Amino acid sequence: MLEIKNLHVSIDGKEILKGLSLTVKPGETHAIMGPNGSGKSTLASTIVGNPAFEVTSGSITFEGKNLLEKDPEERANEGIFLSFQYPVEIPGVSMVNFMRTAINEQRKYRKLPPMSASDFLRFMREKKALVDMDNKLTNRSVNEGFSGGEKKKNEIFQMAMLEPKLAILDETDSGLDIDALRIVANGVNKLKTPEKSTILITHYQRLLEYIVPDYVHVLHDGKIVKSGTKELALELETKGYDWLK
Amino acid sequence: MEKQYIELYKAHHQLIKQNSAAIINRSRDAAFAKFESMGFPSTKHENYRYTDLKPMFSLDYGLNFRRLNFPVNPYQTFQCDVPEIYSYQFFVVNDSFYPPKKKHNGSLPEGVIICGLKEASEKYPELVTQYYGKLTAPQNDALITFNEAFAQDGFFMYVPENVHMDKPVQLVNIMRSDVDLLANSRNLIIIEKGAKAQLLVCDHAMDDVNFVANRVSEVFVGENAVYENYKLENTHNKTANLSTVLIDQKESSDTLTNLITLNNGISRNNIEVEMNGEKCEAELCGMMVGGGQQQIDNHTTIKHNKPNCHSNELFKYVLDDVSKGAFTGRIFVEKDAQQTWAYQLNRNILLSKKAKVRTRPQLEIYADDVKCSHGATTGQIDEQALFYMRTRGISLPEARLLLMYAFAADVIENIRIPSLANRMKMLVEKRLRGELGMHEGCTLCMH
Repeated sequence: MLEIKNLHVSIDGKEILKGLSLTVKPGETHAIMGPNGSGKSTLASTIVGNPAFEVTSGSITFEGKNLLEKDPEERANEGIFLSFQYPVEIPGVSMVNFMRTAINEQRKYRKLPPMSASDFLRFMREKKALVDMDNKLTNRSVNEGFSGGEKKKNEIFQMAMLEPKLAILDETDSGLDIDALRIVANGVNKLKTPEKSTILITHYQRLLEYIVPDYVHVLHDGKIVKSGTKELALELETKGYDWLK
Repeated sequence: MEKQYIELYKAHHQLIKQNSAAIINRSRDAAFAKFESMGFPSTKHENYRYTDLKPMFSLDYGLNFRRLNFPVNPYQTFQCDVPEIYSYQFFVVNDSFYPPKKKHNGSLPEGVIICGLKEASEKYPELVTQYYGKLTAPQNDALITFNEAFAQDGFFMYVPENVHMDKPVQLVNIMRSDVDLLANSRNLIIIEKGAKAQLLVCDHAMDDVNFVANRVSEVFVGENAVYENYKLENTHNKTANLSTVLIDQKESSDTLTNLITLNNGISRNNIEVEMNGEKCEAELCGMMVGGGQQQIDNHTTIKHNKPNCHSNELFKYVLDDVSKGAFTGRIFVEKDAQQTWAYQLNRNILLSKKAKVRTRPQLEIYADDVKCSHGATTGQIDEQALFYMRTRGISLPEARLLLMYAFAADVIENIRIPSLANRMKMLVEKRLRGELGMHEGCTLCMH
């Protein structure tokens, strides 16, 4: 599904990813762990096409298509979703309007007619229930005045609406208390199907107690230095990252 | 350049007077003498730093002193297909009030008078005398003076004590001519004690010639009266639209002025709101969309002369290409005007590197127990928000539009007539998409 080969990425001339390779097959959940500054968020940003990051060499393909040739919106409409570490506030743009535009842009990309207003509202109601999203949040502007936990929940709500094939969760657990973490993780698990894949980016093993990965990779200095199964996460929890350097 | 107008006046002042009314003529010679001595201001003049009047007045314009009828039937030109909004609709063609069809509007509420200013001066001389020129007299502005010397007619509206208008009044200003034309129209609006009225002004230009419209409005808002004034400007790039609106507010009155400019050439709004009674409320806002070589200059003055008055000002500009915007927000708080609240905000988005905006807050506060604030921001579209939206599958142009609508939303929300707000929202969206043409006729027609 996702195939990253020997990826080199720079920002402002500074190389962050230094030859990263990763393969994610349909239905798999991969956790990417690593210390601060190892390049975890850069990887997420590069997959979704953040123009601030420059790919100097290597390739990313998604279902056989060259992602690096595509705009961020095309990547999204191909079925890639990023749950942001720091979701952006957009004053004046209502959640409803935002989601309706996104859904209809996706439908347009897939050559489907726009969703009717009543179908849309019904669909949204369903998805809100799934992540336990409060009505008052969907009536507000996108992320404006949301608490940290509400923003993360909103990311998962958007993911539920857009039904991506590949979801990348960038530090979705950071800033969440244990109850919020449980709700968010439950939402992610409920959305999981045998075809859908997930990449979890996290510092800590905590999230992995709720969303169990098939593979764990350790990123250090822009490369994957160790890969394993979920036991690797536990090992990291006790030993830290230093032994891998 | 002033010379041509001075000679014109000297040669034709009899003709001008013959085709106007006695009350309007009364201050004409004095106004002319003042104009003759002061002329048009250069851009060195503090109030006209960002709008250069000289080039726009230097063309050889026609002026219609004889009040010849221009061949136009606004009732045909301005057919409209928004049946859910109703208003009393009136037209001023260039600077002449167009006689309304009785059938078209039905009858106005008891005691309400709406007609041409010339007609009002003849039929209701005591009423017009009481108000005409009272707000312009202390002013020292070239456009007002020029207007007072040359204006012969315009729009008159009188809403007597405690009458609440059941529908908004729409005034459609149409510029129509086969040759370059300069028109000076003069409006007088009287909203008596306890009365309520909403006026929607639509400015249009029909022909592909150069127009200068120099309009002056005096507005008197009595005790406890409520007056809302909306203006939609959708003219063309050869129109210089110069508009002065002077508002006098008595105790506990409430006014709203909301200006929306979508297409134009050069626009200058001089708005002055004077609060001459306690507990007045004044809101002043505007949404300006500029592209091409459009120029939009809003020069606003709010005078807090009495205690316990509140004013709130919000102007927003979205400027593309080489368009230019300017905003001046002057607020005076007199010594005795304690417990004044005066807020002002100007926010601008520049969509191109060559678009420019100048903003000048000017506050003079002589009272010590007041809450006043002002702010101005100018920036580009939020790149982070754009990227976030794109990762949700929203294309770049669509994401930009969503952000621009969001930016305009609070000005639109400040329209207190819901059907008008919806219509305005649609027009602003259309304009931002680049789909709203000039010459579209009355895009806001409420019939």
